[in-house]
Amino acid sequence: MRPHPGAAAAVCGTVALALLPQVVPPYYVGLMIPFYGYAIALLGFNLLFGYTGLLSFGHAMFLGIGAYGAAVMSSVFGVTSFELVLVVVMLAAALIALPIGLLCVRYVGIFFGMLTLAFGMLFHSFLFKFYYVTGGDSGMRVARMNILGLPFNTYNKIEFLAGPFYYYCLALLLIAGLVMWRLVHSPFGLHLKAVRDNARKAEYLGVHVRRFRLAAFVISAAFGAAGGAILGFRVGLADPELVYWTQSGQLVFMAVLGGFTNFFGPIIGALSYILLQDQLQSLTEYWRFVLGAVLALIVIGLPEGLSGLVVDLRRRLVGRAA
Amino acid sequence: MSALANIVAGGVFHAAVLFLVAAGLQLVFGVQKIVNLACGSFYALGAYFGITFITYAHQFGVSDWLILPGLIISGVLLGFIGPPIERMLRTVYGRDESFQLLLTFALVLMFQDVFKFVWGANPRSLNSAYLIYGTITVGDFSIPVYNLLVIAAAIAVAAGFGAFLQRTNYGRILRATAENRVMAEALGVDVRRVYAVVFTLGAVLGTTAGALVVPTAAASLDMAIEFVVEAFAVVVIGGLGSMRGALAGALIVGLIRALSIVYFPEFEVLAIYVIVIAVLISRPAGLFGRAVA
Repeated sequence: MRPHPGAAAAVCGTVALALLPQVVPPYYVGLMIPFYGYAIALLGFNLLFGYTGLLSFGHAMFLGIGAYGAAVMSSVFGVTSFELVLVVVMLAAALIALPIGLLCVRYVGIFFGMLTLAFGMLFHSFLFKFYYVTGGDSGMRVARMNILGLPFNTYNKIEFLAGPFYYYCLALLLIAGLVMWRLVHSPFGLHLKAVRDNARKAEYLGVHVRRFRLAAFVISAAFGAAGGAILGFRVGLADPELVYWTQSGQLVFMAVLGGFTNFFGPIIGALSYILLQDQLQSLTEYWRFVLGAVLALIVIGLPEGLSGLVVDLRRRLVGRAA
Repeated sequence: MSALANIVAGGVFHAAVLFLVAAGLQLVFGVQKIVNLACGSFYALGAYFGITFITYAHQFGVSDWLILPGLIISGVLLGFIGPPIERMLRTVYGRDESFQLLLTFALVLMFQDVFKFVWGANPRSLNSAYLIYGTITVGDFSIPVYNLLVIAAAIAVAAGFGAFLQRTNYGRILRATAENRVMAEALGVDVRRVYAVVFTLGAVLGTTAGALVVPTAAASLDMAIEFVVEAFAVVVIGGLGSMRGALAGALIVGLIRALSIVYFPEFEVLAIYVIVIAVLISRPAGLFGRAVA
């Protein structure tokens, strides 16, 4: 049996990421932490968007649940275990996503997008206006926590992020990726694809369309919260900006940039977005314009994103060899 | 009593502006089936350009009395951006609606920096003489005449649009294209042209609304992304694609915002989304929308 080309790519990618801190300056290693946060969130997002065909325009809400959950647990309740925080915020996000999902999955297409947008903005205005609970626009502090029970006291925050926490996040991404890989290649994943491609036919064949959409929504919420907790931990702050609708748009942007039709697309998208944004920000004050132009070009000319381009190139090369 | 009247007057003014933007959104969605996230950017563009236009007009000695017509002209002049943007959107007409939404999101990002480049990051305002038209005072209640004129203008637009869509030949063509694009094309309607016209009209409604609001509020970089979610709330409450829905939705959102700012400041934005969600749950197609399959 030939190994799956995806598996080879995943192994190469993991090795490259593991060696990265040895090769590049600490600044870029630190920059990779948000990449891991977004990549994990996007793996979940793409279960909903790429595999189930539902475009959520309010997914930043779950990033917010993760970040604010980490803030509340670490700063208010003094929890020091990051694993505990991860588990709790993922459960919380899934619980919150359940009723919201029940309402949202009655719709598809543009209405699903608008309803999720409304819920996202509802959460944002709660965070923004109820400042005596949430700190308003100044947000809430996320205190430093232990990973795997180890405090790493000898490291300062930057060393900690670029060292142990980097590998910790890499491991988290690997776990998240493996779980998602199993999910989308299981009968469950096939059901989702059937629902995406032809909901009526799937229904006719006995698939509980709404139940599967709901399951995808809830799972994607849990992944989003895990990503959000990482993002909040890195900055040391959970602020309402993380939940604003433009942030949800940014998530969609990353998914499309990497290519939502490919399993690895969201990871590639998160990586290229983070690097692109960082480079552009150092080059010009008007980096948003360039990002917007890139998004427009991708949407118009490269609907399968960067991963689609790679697959296409590979197919051509292999085709020529054969 | 007069406090309430002031609040309602403020709410109706806000509703008038919201209606103009939402009407543009509805028109474009109704005919082209595109949800235009960039409508807020058109609104902000109208506001910034309105300030520049009036400032120049002032320097050339145009009377302050002409501020209202001046702002309307500046909004209409901005219509030139419609056709090129429509040309860009044309590349994704046949595709999934998420691509269309994303392309307009790309426009939002680009416009943000265009504003920053041309007008700077600080809010700009027109320290102007919009009170030149005077103020009407009844007891404790007072309202600037300018606000009344804007409300009247919005009502005129609503009535004019209604008449245009229902009674003129071109209005019928627009409705036919909205109803069934392929059939309209088969009957000889130049759909490409209709789309360009519709998109430009939608953009002009947004830019004019932005220009009209500028004497009473500053133009800032946030206004584009803040306003678009409000306009979204309006069309969702009213029903996507329905003009009457835009009117009703704008009134609801405008009044609720005005009331809650005074009485429950924490719920200013929250209340709007609660209504949006309530409407979507009880009447998925909105108050005046038709059920979508």
